Amino acid sequence: MNSVDPTFATSIDFYVILASILFVIGAFGVLIRRNMIVLLMCIELMLNAVNLLLVAFSTYYGKGDAQIFVFFIIVVAAAEATIGLSILIMAYRNNKATDAGLFKNLNG
Amino acid sequence: MSIELLTLIIGGLTIGAALMVVISKHPIRSVLFLIVTFFLISSLYILMNAQFLAIVNIIVYAGAIMVLFLFVLMLLNLNKESEPKTPKLVLFSSIVASGILLLVLIAAFKDSIKITHVHLPQERNMGLVKNLGDLLFHKYIVPFEVSSILFIASMVGAILLAKREKPIID
Repeated sequence: MNSVDPTFATSIDFYVILASILFVIGAFGVLIRRNMIVLLMCIELMLNAVNLLLVAFSTYYGKGDAQIFVFFIIVVAAAEATIGLSILIMAYRNNKATDAGLFKNLNG
Repeated sequence: MSIELLTLIIGGLTIGAALMVVISKHPIRSVLFLIVTFFLISSLYILMNAQFLAIVNIIVYAGAIMVLFLFVLMLLNLNKESEPKTPKLVLFSSIVASGILLLVLIAAFKDSIKITHVHLPQERNMGLVKNLGDLLFHKYIVPFEVSSILFIASMVGAILLAKREKPIID
């Protein structure tokens, strides 16, 4: 049972840790940045971390289903980016800035 | 041996580029570093034998979505540092919160690492277009069709939201 342990980079651990770090960097960006366009980019970064993890598990299990999930995540991300950017354009047109704190002026 | 070294180098570069996305002040620089990150992630896909997704990632993310971001940035003329400085307290507490999140994520994944004790890619040509297309158009045909409705909805929504409304007379 004491088989030769492959090096760290080809094991699934590497991809799990890498995807976790990328996700945390995206969450950190959402916390510290105020510019709305950078916030959208940080969301894309988090989605890509999840995609990386899904592809890693799909490859290491030998099944393609997770790669189809990644395909659908890309589809949803494209739709989300268009809607987010159009909301941003509208917010910029109303108050000439893209600060995320401006949304506190919204009254329903 | 060289593949492992290459994977490690690409992983480190990916983390560095992602950090630069977050900490660089200019939004344009952030977009460019995000494109670099997407290319590096695509190369990781290629190293994992997921060729179709690597190409789709480059075409859709680095090609379409990032061009959309750049286009909006240049349209709104936002390529100057107009962002207020983050307060020190917010920065410190964000670093602490993200560190705790990383700790929780790795602690949660530790058991799954042990359970999936598979080390080498099982099937070499699983990520090719033929196999994935087979899967997409047989098993996942309904979500595929539903995603087209999603696209139509988002297209209509984007046009409606970004349209300049007419000034109301009287």
